[in-house]
Amino acid sequence: MKSGSKLEKILSAGHFAFTGELGPPRGANLEAIQKKAGHLKGVVDSVNITDNQTAVVRMSSWAASILAIQEGLEPNYQMVCRDRNRLAMQSDILGAYALGIRNMLCLSGDHQQFGDHPQCKGVFDIDSMQLIMAVKEMRDGKFINGQEIDEPPRMFIGAAANPFAEPFEWRVYRLAKKIKAGADFIQTQCIYNMEKMREWVKRARDMGLTEKVYILAGITPMKSLGMARYMKSKVPGMDVPDEVINRLKGVEKKKQGQEGIAMACEQIQEFKEMKGISGIHLMAIEWEHRVPEIAEQAGMLPRPEV
Amino acid sequence: MIVAKRKPFEEIKGLIQGYKKILVVGCGTCVAVCLAGGEKEVGVLAAELRLSQKSEKEPAEFGEATVQRQCDREFLAELDDLVPEYDALLSMACGAGIQFLAERFPDTPVFPAVDTTFIGVNQDVGWYEERCKACGSCVLGMTAGICPVTMCAKSLLNGPCGGTNGSSCEVDPNQPCAWHMIYERLARQGRLDKIIEICPANDWRNQKPQTLIQPGYEERYESGK
Ligand code: SF4
Repeated sequence: MKSGSKLEKILSAGHFAFTGELGPPRGANLEAIQKKAGHLKGVVDSVNITDNQTAVVRMSSWAASILAIQEGLEPNYQMVCRDRNRLAMQSDILGAYALGIRNMLCLSGDHQQFGDHPQCKGVFDIDSMQLIMAVKEMRDGKFINGQEIDEPPRMFIGAAANPFAEPFEWRVYRLAKKIKAGADFIQTQCIYNMEKMREWVKRARDMGLTEKVYILAGITPMKSLGMARYMKSKVPGMDVPDEVINRLKGVEKKKQGQEGIAMACEQIQEFKEMKGISGIHLMAIEWEHRVPEIAEQAGMLPRPEV
Repeated sequence: MIVAKRKPFEEIKGLIQGYKKILVVGCGTCVAVCLAGGEKEVGVLAAELRLSQKSEKEPAEFGEATVQRQCDREFLAELDDLVPEYDALLSMACGAGIQFLAERFPDTPVFPAVDTTFIGVNQDVGWYEERCKACGSCVLGMTAGICPVTMCAKSLLNGPCGGTNGSSCEVDPNQPCAWHMIYERLARQGRLDKIIEICPANDWRNQKPQTLIQPGYEERYESGK
């Protein structure tokens, strides 16, 4: 075992993993975390704790990760390159590990221009590839500068992949780079374009990459037609085909959420069968209370004990 | 070249408020080429300032002078006799020129009339684009002559990120994604192997003030010290 995290145990035992997401509150609001955590406990294997998502200030992801542990969840601690230099990153990783965090997801981060402090200085001292490499080197006992660490933080290392962003042909090579840098698992961007996803997974399989890394397919159920339209036109790197829009258009407004869940469940069924996919990462943004029902409907329950 | 932009007029007026005799100092090199602080712009600014003083009881006076380069001592010397006649200087040079002017005349307050914006190129008349952040460790050989530190909004060395919008950057649909361009140009040249390898963390050499002495000149300055 690299880290001994529950997520690592689930994946290495060959179970189909199921991870969720919890966005920390915009305040020192413990209750908000407890409430969200309550919906996810026992339903997902690990929960991603986002790091100032969309460049909006929120409770720090390591602190919220610790609070998630206290609520009986296993966190997947997200860290972006936008807000910290390599000194701060490495010290946060040491602290996070000492406090019991065992999974990490390494990201570039949304540009600060999208957030609530657009005048701030973006750090980007290192990029997500270099962060993955750093967490791997730290696990092996060395800081970025090559100096020894007395007690290495042994993280299970995650990275993101967007199979849909251009240039498409390059995306699978970038996945290969992330694996080479040290990624143990991948969580993809929200998937709506299944055709493109199938092609990307096929290419990854052909290059032998799915043997080297666990890929968790990213699913975000559409709550409404409005959300689908917003995702299509406003969210960077998102690929929402017209079929998705049309299918939601075909049902009355009240039932669109239910239809979105049905679509998500169909996707999950397909991924369960797809060679090279090791699990699902469910990003039910501000819809945590619906996660148990989605998990149930998608046949993801009960979760295996490891 | 270095590209600058004139400050808003009200801000300039605020900076020089209270001074009675002000010399507007232009620079004949980069800021002249980018139409921000050459002889012509000095004339325009001085005229506007004079006009704005018309209703004052004791209007301030404005002189004009443009030197070839404010970042060069040899040219600043031309101002030695003129400056003592003024009680403030308003420089239209880049940040380096302004500082060198202030260093030469330490008894006279110096104010900036432009904001220095970037090192860039001239796309067309009056249209400039940033190309270099002077990071001190050039990677253009790896990236097909397109700078990811400058042209990528996140300065990624292992791009592209997952936010690309077609071939545009996630921050602006009118800004091409640097890594998309790098990919296309390397593919065209058959050199994609350059970015298959992971590029390690950058050595940011521009994090403290720097001095450069070109090879061959070391001795000259060592003995001078
Ligand atoms: S879209 Fe391209 S240029 Fe913009 S931040 Fe991402 S990699 Fe950089």
